[in-house]
Amino acid sequence: MSMAQDQTPGQTIETDVVIIGAGPVGLFAVFELGLLDIKVHLVDILDKIGGQCAELYPEKPIYDIPGLPVVTGQELTDRLMEQIKPFDPTFHLNERVDEISKQDDGRFLLKTDVGTCFLTKVVVIGAGGGSFTPKRPPIEGIEAYEGTSVHYSVRRMEFFRDKDILIVGGGDSALDWTLSLQPLAKTLTLLHRRDDFRAAPHTVEKMRELVANGQMRLLIGQMRGLHGSDSQLEAVTVKTKEGEERFPVNTVLPFFGLTMKLGPISDWGLNLHENLIPVDTEKFETSEPRIFAIGDINAYPGKLKLILSGFHEAALMAQKAHSYIFPDKKLLFQYTTSSSSLQKKLGVR
Amino acid sequence: MARITFIQPDGTSQTVQATAGQTVMEAAKLENVAGIEAECGGACACATCHVYIADDWREKTGSPSEMEEDMLDFAFDVRAESRLCCQIKVTDDLDGLIVQVPAKQF
Ligand SMILES: Cc1cc2nc3c(=O)[nH]c(=O)nc-3n(C[C@H](O)[C@H](O)[C@H](O)COP(=O)(O)OP(=O)(O)OC[C@H]3O[C@@H](n4cnc5c(N)ncnc54)[C@H](O)[C@@H]3O)c2cc1C
Ligand code: FES
Repeated sequence: MSMAQDQTPGQTIETDVVIIGAGPVGLFAVFELGLLDIKVHLVDILDKIGGQCAELYPEKPIYDIPGLPVVTGQELTDRLMEQIKPFDPTFHLNERVDEISKQDDGRFLLKTDVGTCFLTKVVVIGAGGGSFTPKRPPIEGIEAYEGTSVHYSVRRMEFFRDKDILIVGGGDSALDWTLSLQPLAKTLTLLHRRDDFRAAPHTVEKMRELVANGQMRLLIGQMRGLHGSDSQLEAVTVKTKEGEERFPVNTVLPFFGLTMKLGPISDWGLNLHENLIPVDTEKFETSEPRIFAIGDINAYPGKLKLILSGFHEAALMAQKAHSYIFPDKKLLFQYTTSSSSLQKKLGVR
Repeated sequence: MARITFIQPDGTSQTVQATAGQTVMEAAKLENVAGIEAECGGACACATCHVYIADDWREKTGSPSEMEEDMLDFAFDVRAESRLCCQIKVTDDLDGLIVQVPAKQF
């Protein structure tokens, strides 16, 4: 596996296929395409590989993967990674594909939110329920402060220097950022609904030490309201056991987990039906030739949103993708059990 | 069999028939009760089936497990009477249960 880390943003990568989404279905597509000598780049907005399986239920058992009576979300992801290793796909994590445009030569130009560009012959959308995005607390008027005073992630720590910060949440993100930002902040308050944290014990311990030393404040309660003007936050109201408290802050970082939102896919000019992409059931191609959609994101009569359906779709998609990428090559149907050429690609021979 | 009444934030209510063994979330989804999203299908992995259980029912519905408490951290306006209704199994004892749907599921 390769991680695209050292690549400079703005550069254009030429490839056969870009898979949008590194969920289980995108991962298995690497395998099916790899058997047909097709090279792949994958892009995912998550900071990890595995889509829903890794983000939403890494420790929960799945019972309906053929041949694996029980496997957890994370184990399945790890197994798929092992299975696709011979094909050395390149992963671009923490990046969201924002734009797709067709070029004169029939290829597609893809752009991500951080400026990476791909020129690719085929696009495979394996976007599941859409991009994972931070949950927005349903507080009136919060949108007005987003990007200026309310932030769902930290891209540059320096931005938070000398701010009066409120961090909301009790998981690893909330605790990790509490510890990282506390030295920079003018004041820092951590707000959580109960005095029990879901985060790594040593970070919780460190946080409690800072509280004991008077270097930050811990409040048990919930956020109620935001106050300010012109998208500049000035204060928050918090509800605790003792009642409502209003205090000045100019920066809020809420960490309430992630949810899936369709995101930029709706701007790509594809036919959509109830936030899903209709495909045929022979090739799983969209209304735009050379753009395929597999896994949870697609729709066709009888569709079941199961991992195993996505695996099947990936296999059929790969056959058609091959004809676009190698128009002159005839495809011979082969078994991995008996084909020496497939076994060579898999590195078992 | 148990009848469960869901009260919406605007005060309207809907009573559904639930069978023992179902979860309260499943009973709600089968009858399209508004405001119960249940994105994860009952795996205690999304917190979009958040409800408030009326005081006099809280003993019968029990209290949240540790896993459910952890997931409740991702819900909004959590109160002492908060539950994720995919984690409440229907029994005949719950006949007459009253469940309040929150204003928003995030
Ligand atoms: C709690 C739970 C339990 C489940 N149990 C089972 C089970 O037992 N058996 C079963 O078969 N299925 C189960 N499922 C469903 C299964 O997880 C999904 O069917 C499967 O994850 C779909 O895989 P996918 O690769 O299509 O999409 P996903 O796993 O949803 O991955 C899609 C990825 O694409 C990324 N993405 C989307 N848009 C963009 C973009 N524009 N740019 C960059 N990245 C993007 C997303 O961030 C995401 O990581 C369960 C789901 C949940 C939530
Ligand atoms: S349905 Fe997702 S937590 Fe209950």
